[in-house]
Order: sequence, then C-alpha cells, then structure tokens
Amino acid sequence: MPETSRRRLLFGTAAVSAGALLTACTSNDPKSEDTARSAGPAADNKPGKPVTIGFAGPQADHGWLNAINENAKSRAAEYSEVKLETTEGSNDTAAQIGQVKTLINKKVDVLVILPADGKALTQVGLEAMRAGIPVVNLDRIFASPQAYRCWVGGDNYGMGLNAGTYIGEQLKDKAGAKVVELAGIDNLELTKQRSQGFADALKNYSNIELVARQAADFTVESGQAKMAQLLQAQKRIDAVWNHDDDQGVGALRAIQQAGRDEFLMVGGAGAKSAMDAIKADNSVLKATVLYPPTMAASAIDLARALAQGKGVSGLAELEIPTSLTLYSAVVTKENIDQYLPTGFS
Amino acid sequence: MTQPVSSAQQGGPDKGAAPAPVPELRKKDGPARIPGLRVDVRNLSLLGVLVVLVAVGGFTEPDAFLDTGNLQLILTQSSVIGVVTVGMTFVITSGGIDLSVGAMVALASVWATTVATQEYGFAGMLFTAVIVGLAAGLVNGMLIAYGRMVPFIATLAMLASARGLALQITDGKTQIVTVKPVLDLGLPDSYVLGIPPLVMMFAAVTVVGWLVLNRTTFGRRTVAVGGNAEAARLAGIDVRRQRLFLYLLSGLCCGIAAFMLIVLSGSGQNTNGNLYELDAIAAAIIGGTLLSGGRGTIVGSVLGVLVFTTITNIFALNNLQSDVQQIAKGAIIVAAVLVQRRTSAHGET
Repeated sequence: MPETSRRRLLFGTAAVSAGALLTACTSNDPKSEDTARSAGPAADNKPGKPVTIGFAGPQADHGWLNAINENAKSRAAEYSEVKLETTEGSNDTAAQIGQVKTLINKKVDVLVILPADGKALTQVGLEAMRAGIPVVNLDRIFASPQAYRCWVGGDNYGMGLNAGTYIGEQLKDKAGAKVVELAGIDNLELTKQRSQGFADALKNYSNIELVARQAADFTVESGQAKMAQLLQAQKRIDAVWNHDDDQGVGALRAIQQAGRDEFLMVGGAGAKSAMDAIKADNSVLKATVLYPPTMAASAIDLARALAQGKGVSGLAELEIPTSLTLYSAVVTKENIDQYLPTGFS
Repeated sequence: MTQPVSSAQQGGPDKGAAPAPVPELRKKDGPARIPGLRVDVRNLSLLGVLVVLVAVGGFTEPDAFLDTGNLQLILTQSSVIGVVTVGMTFVITSGGIDLSVGAMVALASVWATTVATQEYGFAGMLFTAVIVGLAAGLVNGMLIAYGRMVPFIATLAMLASARGLALQITDGKTQIVTVKPVLDLGLPDSYVLGIPPLVMMFAAVTVVGWLVLNRTTFGRRTVAVGGNAEAARLAGIDVRRQRLFLYLLSGLCCGIAAFMLIVLSGSGQNTNGNLYELDAIAAAIIGGTLLSGGRGTIVGSVLGVLVFTTITNIFALNNLQSDVQQIAKGAIIVAAVLVQRRTSAHGET
C-alpha cells in the first residue's frame, strides 16, 4: 500500500511541475531508470550516504504553508538515510535568522529555507553558503543569487496567466463578457504578479472586460466580505478568478448567500475543499490554478541530491539546476483525479 | 489583598494621573441632550456623517448602492464586529480596554467548528462558542480584577495565547461547517421579512446592551467605575467584581460574534477576527465613548460600526483598490472625530 500511494503522489507531482523530471526519476519506478540518460551519477531512491537536511519555514498559519511543512516532512521520511532538522516555524524575520544560524552551527549538510521575507533572510543565506552549506531556497526568493545554490518555487505570474487563459477560452464566444477578480493581500508582491498575469492573459481576448477587482487577505472571512461586495456591485458577470482557495471558501459562501450562479469561478492554489467542489461539479467553481505545495518535497529531493553530490536523472546536466520554476496547472473536472492527492486542507 | 487602595490603583494606569472626569458625567445630563429625544449630540453628528456617506454612495453608484440587497449587505457585514463593539463599549466605559476580542472570536469560532463539536449540531456549536468566549473573558476578568494586572497587559497576553491555542486546534487548516441548520441560518431562505437572522441578533444585542448600560444599576456602576474608581469604591460599589463581570461580558459578546461569524462564513479559521480589537475600539471612540472611561454610548458605537462598514461598501462598489481605501479610511476617521468634537463643543457651551 505505501508503495502505490507514493507512486500516485509522484505521478501527481510529475504532471504538476517542471520538477516532474526530478521527482519521476527519484521514484522507484523502473521505467524512469531506463529512460534516464544522465551523464553523471543521478539521485535515485536507493539509500546513499547519510544526509542531514536543515529545514526552516515560516509559521504554518495558513493551509498552503501547512501543506509545505507536511510535504517536506513526509518526503524526508521516505528516505532512510535522510535526517530532517526542522525549526519552529516563525513569521518573525529576526527569529527565523536565529533559527537558520542555529542550523548552520549544528553543521547540517544542506539547508532548505522558505523565508518569511526573502529579502530580509538574504544575509543569513549568504552566511550559510560561505560556511560551505548549500542552500535550497524555497519559493520566496533571496535578494542575491549568491545566497542560494538552487531556487525552486511557484510561478505567480504564470498562475494569473493560466487562470486568465482558461477563463478566456471558456468565454471566447461570448460578446461583452464581464470578468471579476478577487485578489489576495494587496501589499504582497506575489498578488501584483498574479494580477498582472491575469490582466495580460485577458488582453488576448477582445470580448472580455475585467470590470472589477477587490483584494481580500487570504482568510475565509475576508473572502466572504469582499465577494459579497463584488456581487452587489456587479449585477451580472460571466467569470470570477479568486487568487486563493482558502478565501474561496468564504467567496463561495457569499455567492451562495447572494443566490447567484450565472457565472463560472476559477480558484487558486489547489486546496482540497476546492478540488472536492470541482469534482462534485455542483457549484460555480469549475477549476483551480495550482501553486503546488509539493514544491517542498521537490526541495527535499534537490537538497538530498546536492548533499550526496549527485545530479538529477532525465537531464544531461552533471549538476542540479540553479533555478526551477514550477508550472501552475489548471485543474478541472477532467483531470481532477490526478491532482486530488496533492490538495491541502 | 483586600486593601481599599488596590482598586484605585488598578484604574490608575489607563487614565494616567488625570483628575477624575466627574464633570463629564454631569455634562451628559446637561444641555448636550436634545429634549424629548434621549440622544447625545455626538451621536447626532455621527448620524450626519452617515447621511453624507449615504449621499455619496447614492450619487456615485445609484444602482448598486440604493437597493435593499445592499442594505442587507451593509447590516450583515456590520453585525459580527457590531456585537464585539457592544462588549468593547462596556469595557472602555469602565476605563479598561480589551485587546483580546479578535483572538477570542478566533478561538471560539475554531473550537465550535471542530469535527467533534460539529457532532453535537447547532446547539452544541452555539453553546461551545459562547462558553469559550465566557471562559476567555473570565480569565481576563480574574487577572485584571483579582490579579491586579493592567487591562492592556492582561488582554494582550490573552490575545497572544488565544491566537496560539486557535492555531493549535486548527493546525492552520480551514474547518468547514457541515451542520445544515447552521449553514441555512446564513442563507436568504431564513430571512424574516427581508431581515437576515444575523442582523436580528445584532439588533437584539444592541438593544440589550443599551438597556443594561442606560437602565440598570450594572450600567450606572460601569460608568461610575470608569469615571472614578476610587469614588465608586467609596460609594459602596464592589469595583473588582464589577470589572470581572465587564470582561466576562466582553467575552460573552465575542462568543456570540464567533457563532455569527461561523454562520456568515460557513467555516472556522484561526485567522478569524483579524484586527477586530482595533476596529471595535475605533468604532467605539468615533461613536463618542471616552477612551479614558466614564462615558459610553451604545448607539454611538453602533453608528461608528455602520459608518466604517458603509465606507468600505462604497469603496468596493466604486471598485477602488485597498491602497486608496486605507488612505481614505484614515482621513475619514480624523474628519469624523474633528466634526464630532466641534459640534459637541458647540452644543455644550
């Protein structure tokens, strides 16, 4: 049983991301061994030399961040030779710097850092690299490329782009289509990037107009409040893109309360509740655009390969890449079963 | 332990060394009141602000702003924070402060939405939310009244611990409500004569709050403690017991608000009630409740809440983004307080 479930998770991840190559090749599926044409030693599932990975993330007060921690832990547990040193998650920059320093002093072999604030943690990333500890920077990027050996993370612009393209394709035959955007926290750069991608995608469809945009703050409560306002302001819409499935729980509630169902809704991030709703197909929610938390599992894979001095199979390179941007797949009723295991609550 | 000075010392830090605002008490019965109508001039000026806002909303977005759906929306969105503000008004009137309201709402809402609690259905969830609110309020009250802690510190500690406990219970996950009667209460089918049940609950809490503050000895004692704790003690009021009950009352309001939030959002999340403490304090202050204690007005607080919700509503209907919203909101708070001070000063001289 554990074998099958692991494989399912791996296949799910493979389809999700550009990390596909990496994860598929570290699987124990014999086929991937055959197709691998790596020039040097590539990481596989067989136990290698013992590795201690230090993991520092922010406080898991949000479904997605919680899924990040769980993905990292369960992935590390799959490798018998990997020891994971995790720190208490913190949103306080000073506290996180202290935690990373502690991991450096413990002389871990490799570090995986998801900074609460990428720019603020750059200095301690540099410190680790200078101390000879390779750093895998997860998602929120450091200010200097010198501060990490490898960056792996999501594509916020691509998330907006794919959401916009999906909506565009659904509405392309509709004259004067009206689209509404329920954004996330406005003072985060990632929200700006998502909105930019969304706007750029909609520009490709001359019949679609983005009529309103409001920013919620990633909470159910704010999602309900802002969506209720948007629906009050727009008496008839054709589609809505919501940046985050957590606030989407509130948004769906507001839609239900307003008794509206004339439009289609696309979510973001890939929460289990959203995926369940897409599968059930009994609400306006028809799709969600992923921001895959499986990236934490990929980061553990990369960290392990780095520490064992191996590359990744499936690529011709001797070394693992410097940067890896994951793909934001659109999950619909058609492909939902493939992604359901990656949904987080 | 039972030395007479202790209660006066407790009241001290919030109000600084300022002399007791006994004249304020007298003013309340003075010319600041319009004969016949027992309405404070301060409330009247806030009502004016609200009228201006409605005019602005009606002018900029006549179709979306001036319809019953929007009225229901504004009132519904005022209801949760409104109930919290009623409790906060009592605490501030007594010269205290409760910084833990948002955290108590979060804790009560997640505790009432765990899988285990949901097994007990509607009544179980309501009971849990209220009991958790009361329990947190009891801890606040005991620490402040009998532990001689400054309200600011005691409730700050509660803010931190209650948020932490809420996070521990949810593990950062969103708890979806599946109990049908709870969910149905937030849907249009349960509106009576077009009035959402949440708005009725808000109205009920407001009326009871107004009666308690203005028509009972409990209310009079609250004002007396806030005006001058030492004088209140000499007049025979058990100041410590009064304080205990006030924080208990704030906790009760948070428990009720938590249940209302569950009904509204159909879920419980540890991020619920974010910054409610600031919203509730701001609404009470622009409503005319003195931060130093000794005077409080439930009507003013409710108007304050309505002003804030209406501002947010107008901005959203006009599709203004959050940066503009925040700037304008700050400016409007200052303007409202300045207008209010001018009109009330005028009315009192």
